[in-house]
This record gives sequence, structure tokens and C-alpha cells, in this order.
Amino acid sequence: MLEIMLLGINHKTAPVALRECVAFTDDETRTTLKNLSDTQAINELIIISTCNRLEFLFATDNPDLALDIIKKHIAVLKQPPETEFENSLYIHKTDEAVRHIFRVASSLDSMMVGEPQILGQIKQAYHIATNNNSSGVILNRLLHRTFFVAKRVRTETGIGDSAVSISYAAIELGRKIFGILEDKKVLLIGAGEMAELAVEHLIRNRVSNIFVANRTFERGAQLAKKYKGLAIRFEEISSYLKTSDIVISSTGSPGYVVNRKQVKSLMRKRRNRPLFFIDIAVPRDIDPAINHLANTYVYDIDDLSGVIDENLKDRAKKAVKGERIIDEAVIRFHKWHESLKVVPTIIALRKKMDEIAEAELKKTLHSLGHLSKDDARAIQRMTKALLSKIMHDPTRYLKSEGCFGDKSLYLDITRKLFNLDS
Amino acid sequence: MEPVLIFTIILYLLSSVAHAGYFFSRKTEIYYIGLALLIAGFLCHLVITSYLFIATLKFPVHNLFQTLSFTGLAIVGVFFLFNYKFKLKILGLYTAPLASLLMLVAYQFPAEHMPMATQNISNNFLLTTHIIMVFLGNAAFAMACGIGISYLLQENAIKTKNHGFIFKRLPSLNLLDTAGQACVMAGFTLLTIGLITGSVYAKQVWGLFWSWDPKEVWSALAWLFYALLLHERFTVGWRGRKAAIMSIIGFIFLLFTFFGVNFLLKGHHGQFTRW
Repeated sequence: MLEIMLLGINHKTAPVALRECVAFTDDETRTTLKNLSDTQAINELIIISTCNRLEFLFATDNPDLALDIIKKHIAVLKQPPETEFENSLYIHKTDEAVRHIFRVASSLDSMMVGEPQILGQIKQAYHIATNNNSSGVILNRLLHRTFFVAKRVRTETGIGDSAVSISYAAIELGRKIFGILEDKKVLLIGAGEMAELAVEHLIRNRVSNIFVANRTFERGAQLAKKYKGLAIRFEEISSYLKTSDIVISSTGSPGYVVNRKQVKSLMRKRRNRPLFFIDIAVPRDIDPAINHLANTYVYDIDDLSGVIDENLKDRAKKAVKGERIIDEAVIRFHKWHESLKVVPTIIALRKKMDEIAEAELKKTLHSLGHLSKDDARAIQRMTKALLSKIMHDPTRYLKSEGCFGDKSLYLDITRKLFNLDS
Repeated sequence: MEPVLIFTIILYLLSSVAHAGYFFSRKTEIYYIGLALLIAGFLCHLVITSYLFIATLKFPVHNLFQTLSFTGLAIVGVFFLFNYKFKLKILGLYTAPLASLLMLVAYQFPAEHMPMATQNISNNFLLTTHIIMVFLGNAAFAMACGIGISYLLQENAIKTKNHGFIFKRLPSLNLLDTAGQACVMAGFTLLTIGLITGSVYAKQVWGLFWSWDPKEVWSALAWLFYALLLHERFTVGWRGRKAAIMSIIGFIFLLFTFFGVNFLLKGHHGQFTRW
């Protein structure tokens, strides 16, 4: 019976320098999968490597040897500082390994709890593993359960629903104002780093035009070029405010760049189409009084942070609910894994056969009332003998050591063929 | 007829509960239960209305019960249409309780009693069109009012930067604004047709298009109010908060036209709300 094991380091146990050092590229992952699968100790293997974690998930019948091989492999390939690496490692066995991979995929173990990328990264890792034939019955089943559980945690707790970064919060707000962000025009005032980040998210939401106004025109032109936008002069802001829908401001200006009076007269010309200001500058660029005008909305950096704090608290609550879903899933997976032992499978199979025989015997004997007692007994004996003969070969095969290495595959197939898990 | 009526009320009430449940839990299954209950209630309601129609061979708006009941029917029907078009699920929380309330009030009055049989009312195409259009128009305005309230709540949540309960549950301002606008436009069109057919009918029966009846005056005022709202929207772009408030005020105005005029002022529409 194969044990499920997990060895890894993550952002909680290792500093970024060490994580950087041991991170695997896709090519390294492929060669490692190939090399380690060739060793007898590791039967199934999946490697997950992201910027926050490196995880080796594997099934083995010799855990100690397998762990040794993996550690040595990483040490040789990556040459991390020995003691620090050893101290940052965590090792989970069976149920704990299952729980860990469930938690990771559900984003409960992430640096930013609830972030959506990790599930995709695990899917990618699994994809690579299946392409290299390093995943087998157990890990296949485990990973499919993992994807299912992660999805369940996400939909049932809504853990990823609320925004927890400035740019996500801005996008979420934009959606609540405009419905869809497609075809919206964005005006950037100041071409800072934060503005760039927000714009990247907006572009992913397929906004139509991007205008960039910067004090130094060249810098603005650079940014505009990067996002296929239009660089405009700082003096042109007023006229572009007329057509823009979302304004992101991040200049170093000491006073307001856009004031209330300016916007008030503008709204008439805009025929009151909504205008959404995101002010991430300190000191502020956008006169907060603009928020009181009809159909204009102003959010400054503190407002957005306030939203994020709220959402983070909310996520912590939802994470508790997520843990409960995972507990349940671990127990169910445990049951399945246990069933892959030889004896329970044979017993279940035997039991099913006996039940069928019993029911059929009863039916037959009932309609054959003219038989003597001895006749009936003879039929019963024959049925039993028949069953024993039929069961003999499969039982012997399952018990033998000769299942070409992977007994769990045959056990799994047996359970499926005879529908023993329903 | 009474068992069906009680059954209808129960279905509406249950639907209200389900819609409230959906609002709090945000589980789509609960919403579909609420919608199914509302559809079931609507069908029963339709049975009652048809029964009254067949029994009297007159369009069933001849006493307070029938008027209230038909208002409820129109509101639920119009809700289905707008919900289908705009997917405004939360509006069920407005419609179902409103329909329940109307039916509960209606239930206090006799259904089939005809106060002062109305000889001078001939049952013809114009009259039927007039009634249906006016009721459907009012129902559309009722929807506009509900959407307007939602808009104000959501706008307040965004402006005050409170991203809690309301913010998460109500749809985007843009959707609310567009849907509200569509309701007002539909309501206005229906009301216009209703008023025209009504006055042509009056000409046939009483020989006058316009007789300064209080109902006529107030209806015309309500019509002008909505005309102003639409006009301003198309010319200077009155939208968002202003349009939402106008939709709510307009509906209150309409409620007075509908009931207040009948109870407080006299006129030839009065008999339809007696019991």
C-alpha cells in the first residue's frame, strides 16, 4: 500500500532568498520528474513550484528512502545553504499531506489568503506531471479531489469574492458603478508605479482607451506606448476629462490637480455620465468635494485601504468555514485510500458476490416448491462452489506481489468494475 | 374561489420569504425557489381574475377587491418581463411582498359584489385597452420606483464608502439606472395609450374627451411629471440619483392618483374602488 507524502517549503517557513534559490523552472521540473520516477522508491510524483512555495507530493512504499532521495536531489540541483534548507522543510504524511494539498489549492495556505492564482498553478503542475507519466492512480484521484475541494471552498465560502489589493478594489468598485468595464475610457494623471499596476488590471478587463497625462511628457509617452494608449499634455486634462470614465491620479503635486468647480461644469457637458476618480496620490490630487457631486465618485488611497481591511477581516472568517469543508474532504479521501488495501477490497468483493448469490437462490428456490430439502441443499452447495471457483483467480492475483509494481491500480479497477464503493 | 385566493396569498408570501432568503444568503437555488413560487402564485392569481371575468363578463376592476387584485397581477406580470430582460434578481424582494400586501388588503373586501351596477359603462375594446394599459403602466412605474430605491441605496453605499451588506448584494449603478429608465419609458408609453383610449371612450359614452374629472386631472399631471423626467433625461442627461428620486416621487404621485383621488375626491372613477 502506497503512502501519500508531501515535502515542501513555503513563505511561512523560508525567507524569499531561500525560496528563490530552490524554485524550479518548468524544464527542471520535467527532468526531475523523469529522474525521480526512475528510482524504485517513488511511485508517483507531482512537483509544485511557485514564487511562494516548492512542494513535492508523492506516493511511495518506502517513505524514508523517498524523502532522502528527494532531499538529495534538491541539494545537488539547487545547492541551497544546507542547515537553513533542512530547517525550513516540512514533511506531511498521509492525511496531513492530503489536508495540506487541499489547503494550498483552496488558497488557505497562501500569503494572501483567498488569492485565485494558486489553483491554476497546481493544475499546471499536475498537467506537467501527467505529461511525464509521473502521476498514478493515487495522485490522480487526489488531485481531482483537490480541484473539486478548492472549487467548493471558493464557491461556498466566497473567500475570493472581495478585493484585497488596491487595484482589485478599484476594479470591483468600477464594476459596481459601470456594470462592465469594457469600452470604458481611462485617464491616467501621473505615470507612477501604482497607476501602472491599476492599469494592468483594467486592461485585463478590456477597457477601450487609455490616456496618459504626465508632467514630463516623455515618461507619459513611454507608459502610453506600453499600454497602446495616447499620451496627452498636462494642460489637456480638462478636455480629456470630458470623454473619460475612470480617472486614476498619482502625481506628486502638492495641491489638487482636479477641483470641484472644474468637474461640476464638466458634468453638464458629459450629460451626467458617471465619472469615477481613483486618487492614489499623497497628498491628494482630486478634490474630495467632487464626491458630493451627482454621478461622480471619488476614492482616495485611504478609502481603498479601508475597503481592503474590511475584506481581509471577512476573509479570515471565511477561511474558518473553508477549513471545515477541507476536514470533511480529508476524511472522505482517507476512506477511499484505505479501501485500496488488498484485504478490504477482497472482503467487499466476496460480500457483494455472496449477497447476489443469496438473493438469486432465494428467488429460484421459492419458485421451485417441488424440490426436496436435499435437492435444495445441493443447489446451494453448487452455488457456493461456483462462487469460490470464480473468485479464486482474482483473489490470488490481488494478493500476489506480481501486480507489476502498482497494486493500487488493480485494486482501484476492481472496485470500479464491481462497483464496490456505491 | 376563496380557497384559490388564500392559496395565491400563501404562495406570494412564501415567495417573499424565499426572496428575502436569497437576498441574505445570495444562493441562486433559493432565488429560483422564490421565482417558482411567484410564478405559481401568478398562475393562481390569473385563475381568479379569469373566473371573475367570466362570472361578470366585465373586465374585473369593478370594486376595490378587483382593482387591488388586478394591480397585483399587473405588477407581478411586469416584474417577470423586466426580470427576464435585465436579470434584476433582487427586484423579487420588492415585487413579491408588494403583491402579497395588495392581495392581503384585497382579501378584506368582497370579490364579486358589484356596487351600483354601472349601466352607462359599455364593455368594449376601448375600455378594455384603457384599463389594461393604465394598470400595466402603473405596474411599470411601480417597478421603476423599486429600482429607484435600489439605486439610491447602492449609490449611498458607494458614496459613503461602505462596502458591506448593500454594496455586495445590489447590482451596478449602471444596470439599475438603465433598467429604471426602461421601466419609466415602458410605463410612460402604456400610460399614454391608456389616457388616449380612456378619453376616446369618454367621448363615446359621455360625449366629452375631457370633463375635468379629478382622476383625469391628476392622471394628466402624473403623465406630465413623467414626461418631464424623460424629456430632461434625453436633453440634459438627467440620470442616476435625480432620475431615481423622480421615479420614486412619480410613483407616490401615481398612488395618490390611483387611490387618493378615489377616496378623497369624487369623480366618475370612484365606483371602481367601492366595496
